[in-house]
Amino acid sequence: MKSWSDRLNPVVRDIPPSGIRKFFDLVCETPGVISLGVGEPDFVTPWHIREACIYSLEKGHTMYTSNCGLPELRRAIAGDLAASYGVRYDPGTEILITVGVSEALDLAMRALLSPGDEVLMPEPSYVSYSPTVLMAGGRPVPIATGLEEGFKLAAARVEAAVTPRTKVLLLCYPNNPTGAVMDRQSLLDIAAVAEAHDLVVISDEIYDKLTYDGKHTCVSALPGMKERTILLNGFSKSYAMTGWRIGYACGNPDFIAAMTKIHQYTILCAPITAQKAALEAVTRGGEGMLRMVQQYNRRRHLVMHAFRDMGLPCFEPRGAFYAFPQISATGLTSEDFAADLLREEKVAVVPGNAFGPSGEGFVRCSYAASTEDLGEAFRRMARFVRRRGVRPRIISGARRYVPEEAVLGRAGQA
Amino acid sequence: MREILELLEENARLTAEEIAVMLNMNVDDVRDIIRELEKNKTILKYMTLVNWEKAGVEKVSALIEVRLTPQRDVGFDGVAERIYRFPEVRSVRLMSGAYDLAVFVEGKNMREVSHFVATKLSTIEGVITTATHFVLKSYKEDGVIIEDGESDHRLTITP
Repeated sequence: MKSWSDRLNPVVRDIPPSGIRKFFDLVCETPGVISLGVGEPDFVTPWHIREACIYSLEKGHTMYTSNCGLPELRRAIAGDLAASYGVRYDPGTEILITVGVSEALDLAMRALLSPGDEVLMPEPSYVSYSPTVLMAGGRPVPIATGLEEGFKLAAARVEAAVTPRTKVLLLCYPNNPTGAVMDRQSLLDIAAVAEAHDLVVISDEIYDKLTYDGKHTCVSALPGMKERTILLNGFSKSYAMTGWRIGYACGNPDFIAAMTKIHQYTILCAPITAQKAALEAVTRGGEGMLRMVQQYNRRRHLVMHAFRDMGLPCFEPRGAFYAFPQISATGLTSEDFAADLLREEKVAVVPGNAFGPSGEGFVRCSYAASTEDLGEAFRRMARFVRRRGVRPRIISGARRYVPEEAVLGRAGQA
Repeated sequence: MREILELLEENARLTAEEIAVMLNMNVDDVRDIIRELEKNKTILKYMTLVNWEKAGVEKVSALIEVRLTPQRDVGFDGVAERIYRFPEVRSVRLMSGAYDLAVFVEGKNMREVSHFVATKLSTIEGVITTATHFVLKSYKEDGVIIEDGESDHRLTITP
């Protein structure tokens, strides 16, 4: 009998397992860990949302919904997008409810890509982007971003990466893992490149509501961009609803119809129970969401302060709930840093190279954790980097964080 | 200022340094603001919320509905003051509706609370009637769920 690995679709076989998975197993073997490696809110879904879901079950809402999702949910989403960004989608034909943004992304790629089509994406980026493109038959083309440019995607770099096979530009700002956001002007520059080369833009804006010190710019709301943009978003991060798996895609009606075709034959519809909860979230969850954002923002300041004190350079994240400090001053690789920190101090962070090669030299620290846990984790981490020869900064009251201030200590001897 | 108060209401033990970091403010400014808030009695007191049952200490509390005859010039305030001066009284609130004052009283046992109501509270001039309701169980105090079964169920590492 042929081995199973010979039977597998070679595309699937050759996709390497997620770097995060390997590390996850290591963390599970270590008791008493404080984890800053969690990519989801530490808040439980607000009670009024959970309660609305319980009520929907009591009322017997246990059926399929329309393929596209509950009409009232699509209307509410359209209303939210119009109010937040002034971008108008027809809830009847331009919005599709999916099982998380992950499904929406997969549908979009499958509906768009022919074998060999190229998809440009910033790197470091979310671990699923590249595999999703590969499984849809496309070719992921990562564009490295770095600390110098604040992990922003420069239009010139996009321009340079375009080939005759380039079909899609995938954006994700605020970004996981870096916490970078794009300002309006940088996005306008990128929009011009997309227009010049007639690219489709898929914009994953799952962290849009978690933007600090400024307002999020929705790619679809830029002049002329709605027509060529597929806007992806969901409820996981802003309303602390990761496990409910509700996302959505907005775009041109013909394209949404194509995505719906795949969705209808593979998923049928997103679970009604979760859609009912999402409806409650989008109609009445605004205030609770703002309270959570306020708390993330306080922790964000705490985290920036901690890294500055311990002498690790970290650019100021303006979105999501991640900080992405540079750890090369310790003389360790990202994976060694994460593994040693876990072993010596029982603090879990995610090695930056899990998000692509340009993440090497960095680790991702999620500040979706209680302030008590954050405080203790940073005390331990400070001890750890000091042992690795990083000179802590002597400080000071809490002045506004200035990235240039972060000074490297000497690398090397522990 | 509002944010400082919110943080302190949630955790009175936060230091000015910690608050300054979280709110991205100058620590001296935070100290000044807190000092001012203490001086002008916006911050009344820093307290600890205790689960006395867990500490093994017996306590009984009761909500007493009190109906009053308002007095000329001071309305209900005069009688309210005579009531809230008693240390057994934990809180006093003027209510709309069927009665006037909601008085929370705490004592070591039921006898002590009953005694207070019978001999002190109901004999105050201006008190028409009292209705005493003993607390059987407390589920939530000052926004804190007393026995919260919810904990962090997240996987330790997720993308």
